[in-house]
Amino acid sequence: MLGRTAAALFWMSRYMERAENLARLLEVGHRISLMPGAIEGHRDEWRSTLQSCACDHGYAEKHDEIVTARVIDFLIFDEDNPSSIRSCIKTARNNGRAVRTALTRDVWESINATWNELAQVKPSSMTADRLPVFLEWVKQRVMSFRGALLGTMLRNDTYHFSQLGNFMERADNTARILDVKYFILLPKATDVGSDIDMQQWAQILRSVSGHRSYRWFYRDSHYRPWLISEFLILREEMPRSLIFSYGWVNRSLQGLASHYGATYDCHQQAHDTHERLKNARMEEIFQSGLHEFLQDFITGNAKLSHAIATTYNFP
Amino acid sequence: MTVIFNEMDGGGGAPREPYAQVAEWLKTLSRSDVERALREAEAIFRRQGITFAVYGDDEAAERLIPFDIIPRVFAAAEWRKLSAGIEQRVRALNAFIHDLYHRQDILRAGKIPHEFIIQNEAFVPEMVGVTPPRGIYAHIIGIDIVRVAANEFYVLEDNCRTPSGVSYMLEDREAMMYLFPELFAQQRVAPVENYPAMLRQTLESVAPAGCNGEPTVVILTPGIHNSAFFEHAFLADEMGVELCEGGDLFVDGGYLYMRTTQAPKRVDVVYRRIDDAYLDPLTFRHDSALGVPGIFDVYRAGRVTLVNAPGTGIADDKSIYTYIPDVIEFYTGEKPLLKNVPTWRCSDPKQLAYVLDHLPELVVKEVHGSGGYGMLVGPTSSKKEIEAFRSRLKARPKNYIAQPTLALSTVPTFTKSGVAPRHVDLRPFVLSGDKVRITPGGLTRVALKKGSLVVNSSQGGGTKDTWVLED
Repeated sequence: MLGRTAAALFWMSRYMERAENLARLLEVGHRISLMPGAIEGHRDEWRSTLQSCACDHGYAEKHDEIVTARVIDFLIFDEDNPSSIRSCIKTARNNGRAVRTALTRDVWESINATWNELAQVKPSSMTADRLPVFLEWVKQRVMSFRGALLGTMLRNDTYHFSQLGNFMERADNTARILDVKYFILLPKATDVGSDIDMQQWAQILRSVSGHRSYRWFYRDSHYRPWLISEFLILREEMPRSLIFSYGWVNRSLQGLASHYGATYDCHQQAHDTHERLKNARMEEIFQSGLHEFLQDFITGNAKLSHAIATTYNFP
Repeated sequence: MTVIFNEMDGGGGAPREPYAQVAEWLKTLSRSDVERALREAEAIFRRQGITFAVYGDDEAAERLIPFDIIPRVFAAAEWRKLSAGIEQRVRALNAFIHDLYHRQDILRAGKIPHEFIIQNEAFVPEMVGVTPPRGIYAHIIGIDIVRVAANEFYVLEDNCRTPSGVSYMLEDREAMMYLFPELFAQQRVAPVENYPAMLRQTLESVAPAGCNGEPTVVILTPGIHNSAFFEHAFLADEMGVELCEGGDLFVDGGYLYMRTTQAPKRVDVVYRRIDDAYLDPLTFRHDSALGVPGIFDVYRAGRVTLVNAPGTGIADDKSIYTYIPDVIEFYTGEKPLLKNVPTWRCSDPKQLAYVLDHLPELVVKEVHGSGGYGMLVGPTSSKKEIEAFRSRLKARPKNYIAQPTLALSTVPTFTKSGVAPRHVDLRPFVLSGDKVRITPGGLTRVALKKGSLVVNSSQGGGTKDTWVLED
C-alpha cells in the first residue's frame, strides 16, 4: 500500500470521528444556551465548547465576542476553521476520494452522499429549531460511514489504518472534553455537588453520549465526579473512554504488525500507554493531578500519531 | 439542406433493423417510467461520485455528465467494418510515431512538409531514438467517429495522448443493465466490461524487457482536482493497481519506485494520465509539481514503460490530421478503410481564402484546442459571432483548420418535450500492446440541445450506452 493511501485512510477516519464528536459538543452547547441563566451563562459554555475542540484560537482570530449564532456558524460551516463539521466532512471525503480504490463501494458512497447532502445545507437555514435535527443527521451519517466500514472492509492494512485514525481521534477528543472541565471534577469539600455542578457533570457525559450508560453502569441516579472521570478514562466498558480507545489503537497497530511482519517504536509507545491505563487507579490520577494526567495523555497521543506517520511513510 | 440520418428510422415508420427491439421497448415506456429511470440513474452516478470538474466553474465544481437511457445500437456487420478501419488506422498511427522519432522516412518521401513536424510543439525532441517495448507508442487511442449515412463514417479526430471517457462507457452499461435488465435478456449485446482486464493485459504486455515476473503497473494521476480523476480511480480500482500521484513515485539508482508503507516497490509500467509537459520537471516543465523528477531518464534507459509514450501528440495534432490518409497508405500499403473529414488548412493562403468566404457553412477549429473550446460552428452562429471569429482567424490563420458542417447522425433521445432526435458521435477505445484490442462499442456522446452539433461534455453534451449486437 502507498504511504499516501495509508495516510488518507487514517485521516479520513479521524475527520469523520471528529465531525461526530463536534456534533455532540454542539448539542450540549445548544442545550445550555436554551437554559437562560440556569447556570453561569452560555458564553462560558460556548467558550469551553470551543476549547474542547481546540477551536478557541481560530474563533478569536475571526470574532471579538462569543455570540451563539457566530459560534454555531464557526463550528458547523466555516471552511476557514479546519475542524468545522463542514471542513471535517470535506477533508474526510477528499481523503476518501484520493484513495477510492482502497475503499469499498459502500464506504465511499456513504461518505460521498454525506458530503453531497451537506454541501446543499445553507448556513442561513440553521435556525435554533433546525439545529438539533441537523446535528442528529451528522451523527447518523458518521454512524452509517462507520457501519459501512465495519461491515464491508477487508480486515487488512486498509482497515487497520482506518481504525487507527478513528480511535486516535476519539482518545484525543475525550481527553480534551475532560481537560476543559477538569476543575469541576476535582474533589471538593462536599462530595454531593450543587445544582450547577450536577448540570456541568451531566454535560460532560452528554458530550460523549454517556449520560444514560453511566446510570446503567453505576446503578446510581447521582452523578459523581470521581466516577465520571473513571468512566471516561479507565472503564473498558465505555466505548469512548481513553482505555477503550487505546485498546483499539493497540489492536490496530498489532494488526499492522502481523500484516507487515514487523513492529516498530510506535507499537511500543501504544502498548506502554495502554498498560499505564490498565494499571492506573483514579486515586493516583487525582493525587498527581487530573489536568497534568490529561495533558500528558494528549501530548503522548499526538506523539504517537507522529510516530505512526513516520513509520509508515505518510507523505 | 442535407438529409440527416436518423439511426433508428428505417423509413415508413419502421425502425432500422438493429433498433427493432429498442423501438418496441420504447413504446412500452411511459413518461413516468422514463422519469423514474433518469432519476435513479442520476442517483447512482451521483452516489458513486461519477463526476467531472469543469474548469472555471466554481459553483458546480463537480458535475454529472447527463445520461440518456435510449441506447445507441450497431449491428454486428456494421461493427466489423468499423473495427477493421479502426485497427488499420491505429497500426498506422503507431508506425507513424515510430518513424517520426527515428528515420523519418515519411518526411524524406515528401508526404508531409518537414516543418509541420519539426516545428510542431507536439513533437518531443527528447523522444528521438527512443524505442519503447514492442515499438508501441500510443497504447490507448480514442478515435472520434461520426456517421452521416448508413454506410458513411468519418474520423473526426484521433486522440493519441490520454483519451478519457472510458469510465462512462463502462458505467453507462452498468446503469442500463441495472435499470433495464429485461432489455439485455432479449438480445445479445457484446459485453464491454472486460475493458479493464484488457487494459491490464495490454499494460503488462509492454513491460520493460528486463522486468522479471509479474510487472508492477500503476496509474499516475494529477490528483483529485483533475477533471478526470474519477476515471483514474475507477480504472485503478477495476484493474487492481495502485493509483499514484507524482509524490508517491521516485527514482533511485536508475529505477522507478513507489513509496509504500513498507520498503519501496519497483514500478515497471506507468499508465500516466498527466500531460507530457508535466511528466518530469527535470526534462520538461521545470515548475511541474505533478510529475516525477528523473522518470524520463529511467524511461529512456528502458527500465520503465510510460503509457502512452511522451510525444504521441504529434500524431493527433489537428494540423497533422489532414495527412493521416497518406500516413495509412504509406505504412500499410492499403487504402484507408475509414475516411477523414475533408479539411481546409488555413495555413495555406488559397484554402484560407475559401474558408473566409464560406464561414457560415463551416466548422472552424483551433489546431491545438480541445474540448470544443475556441471553435466556430458556422451554421449555428450569429453574424456577430462569425465576424468576431473571422478577425481571430485572420490574425493567426496557422492556428486553424476548417471542415464542412457534417450532418451528424441522430439517435432518439429523451428531452423535456418527449423523445426527439439528437446528434451523436462515437469514441471507441483501442488498446495496442501484444495485439490490438477494441472494445465492442465505445462512448457515444450526444448533443442534448436541439440542433446542436457540439457533443463535448464541457459544452452540455451527454452520453448513451453503445451496443454492438452479436450475430
